[in-house]
Amino acid sequence: MPITKRRRLFSKSAATTVAVALGATALAACGSSDGDSEADSGPVSLTYWTWTPGMDKVVDLWNKGPGKKDQITVTAKKQAGGDTLVTKILTAHKAGKAPDLVQAEYQVLPTLVSNDVLADISKDVGDAKSKFADGVWQQTTLGTDAVYAVPQDIGPMMFYYREDLFKQYGLKVPTTWEEFAETARALKKKAPDKDLTTFSANDSGLFAGLAQQAGAKWWTTEGDKWKVGINDAASQKVAKFWGDLVKEGAIDNQPMYTPPWNKALNTGKQIAWVSAVWAPGTLTTAAPETKGKWAMAPLPQWSESENVTGSWGGSSTAVTTDSKHQAAAAKFAAWLNTDDAALQALAKESGIYPAATNAQTSGAFANPPEFFSNQPDFYTKAAEIAKTTAPSAWGPNVNVAYTTFKDAFGSAAKNKSDFVTALNTMQDDTVADLEKQGFEVSE
Amino acid sequence: MSSLAVGKADTAAGTTPGTAQDRPPLRRRIALVPTITLLLGAVYCLLPVAWVVIAATKSGSELFSTFTFLPGSGFADNFSDLSAYRDGVYWQWMGNSALYAVLGALLSTCVSAFSGYALAIYRFRGRETMFNVLLAGVLMPPIILAIPQYLLLAKADLTDSYLSVLLPQILSPYGVYLSRIYAAAAVPADVVEAGRMDGASEWRIFTRVALPMMVPGMVTVFLFQFVAIWNNFLLPYIMLSDDEKFPITLGLYTLLEQGANTPALYTLVITGAFLAVIPLVALFLVIQRFWSLDLLSGAVKS
Repeated sequence: MPITKRRRLFSKSAATTVAVALGATALAACGSSDGDSEADSGPVSLTYWTWTPGMDKVVDLWNKGPGKKDQITVTAKKQAGGDTLVTKILTAHKAGKAPDLVQAEYQVLPTLVSNDVLADISKDVGDAKSKFADGVWQQTTLGTDAVYAVPQDIGPMMFYYREDLFKQYGLKVPTTWEEFAETARALKKKAPDKDLTTFSANDSGLFAGLAQQAGAKWWTTEGDKWKVGINDAASQKVAKFWGDLVKEGAIDNQPMYTPPWNKALNTGKQIAWVSAVWAPGTLTTAAPETKGKWAMAPLPQWSESENVTGSWGGSSTAVTTDSKHQAAAAKFAAWLNTDDAALQALAKESGIYPAATNAQTSGAFANPPEFFSNQPDFYTKAAEIAKTTAPSAWGPNVNVAYTTFKDAFGSAAKNKSDFVTALNTMQDDTVADLEKQGFEVSE
Repeated sequence: MSSLAVGKADTAAGTTPGTAQDRPPLRRRIALVPTITLLLGAVYCLLPVAWVVIAATKSGSELFSTFTFLPGSGFADNFSDLSAYRDGVYWQWMGNSALYAVLGALLSTCVSAFSGYALAIYRFRGRETMFNVLLAGVLMPPIILAIPQYLLLAKADLTDSYLSVLLPQILSPYGVYLSRIYAAAAVPADVVEAGRMDGASEWRIFTRVALPMMVPGMVTVFLFQFVAIWNNFLLPYIMLSDDEKFPITLGLYTLLEQGANTPALYTLVITGAFLAVIPLVALFLVIQRFWSLDLLSGAVKS
């Protein structure tokens, strides 16, 4: 993708809104969706790219209910999720053929906005903001006055452990990371062939979430320049902590989501997992024989007085600039993620953990997930933890940072070498890519 | 999946020189080093296939917990789960793949036969230039063309349609190249000349005289194109957004990538991959007999 022109924070309209938000200039109140001037005239049909399973059934609710009244018909087109979908959306946008609505993970929103794919829907989503935690909502505004998406699901991070094995080995659930390290060492002493957990470098979201909890801000804006802080003090602390544990052999260094990892969880070779609210689903397939033996606790903290968590995963519904009916699309996006009936259906059909706070403890979330039937207050606890999610700071080339993470940390974990060096590589590669793309980066 | 198919292709192709069995063996001693090398190669190619076959019989709980090459008990369940997934969309994908591959390979073979024959038999200005351009096309991996093709078809408003996947795959530079080489070798100029003397039209010479001689080569082109289209991922991925039009490669990918917080449907994907290999294997077994008509079956004695 050759980009020759020098670009600022976000291109075109987006750049102006950022400028306003930063108080840099008083003009430029304009700039944003061009398509919302058209009133609801006649029937409108919208397409929606999503990877959420069962979304077609939720969309049916809209088409038969509020959509029918407003003559807005939505068709969900199921896609494969992940980074490849971003590429597909960008390609479609180049041809002017992006769908009206797309599902997008929070960390790719800046990428999409800087390519001018997402429309500002702040005028059309009504009071949706009030339904979400501030830290969640802030991810869809990118710190500007614009709104580029409506949050759908979130992945607050938690600590999962084998309740039975913790009891057997006389371990206490760690509340701080220091205790976490102690627990890992204590387990090694009692059962040398077991591991508390593993450090895996094959999902960058995990490390990003852990750094976020420690207060890292990987991408921030300074004037109209980007500032990359991937190797800031907080991230270095996290990298060093895990690197040291791997080096001394207190935890395993094998990647997760592999057959050996499944086996390690299933047979109790690994007895804990730092994960997020969606872990029960993963454990159901990865470790089917351990049903009812796990418990969930808040993530360990960096100091006892703190109570924050990071997030791992989660996505939003966004409206594209290619849409000819942006107002109608925004209306649907708001309904999908704030309406009670829609959220209940999403929970039931798709198994998502909703971003809207009012849905986190009601209906489908009154009972614990089946795999955790031994922990009746699972979702009450989860909702409390979700409130403590630290704000996140994503930039326009998260994909590059994530790819470098996998390479640099993957080999560091394998060779048990210095994690901070790997972190510096990640920082350098990310800055270099931003500059190559034509963004201005401050040192 | 492509490596599996290639593995199958290798073994299927490897069995064709079976005609050698008709002759008495010249040497009784088996050459040890080549045999072992080939056996190792065969094991290397077949092991992943064996894994897919066995893993397809395992239920979700057996998949990662029992011994890798121990067959499980869940094939019937996997099969019915796969058929039930989103009202049987899997079979729709299978049908789409068959449509793209059969129609695409047929059309591509026709185009290749026409142009290969023309390039081999007729002398006209720019023939070599055209052929060299084609050769350059052979060296160009089709993957890098997918996005430009998407942008082109978007201009014609053809994206997200069956045509958008079929059209780009009809012209295969490699198929044309192969056809020209084959036509040059299999269709002697004397035969074409004899046809002309007898007053047959050029079309008649092509269809009645040359084409039958080119059949084995065209079967090869057809098979290559069939496998290439069946295994193609990026082109349909870029072109299609409606999952009712997806081929099997793309459909299985959506089962794997369900978003970070939804576990991948491994058992369904593995069973789906296993079933998707069967048509390819069947095709090779059925069609390989045409290969026995080799270059020797010509009309001119020399």
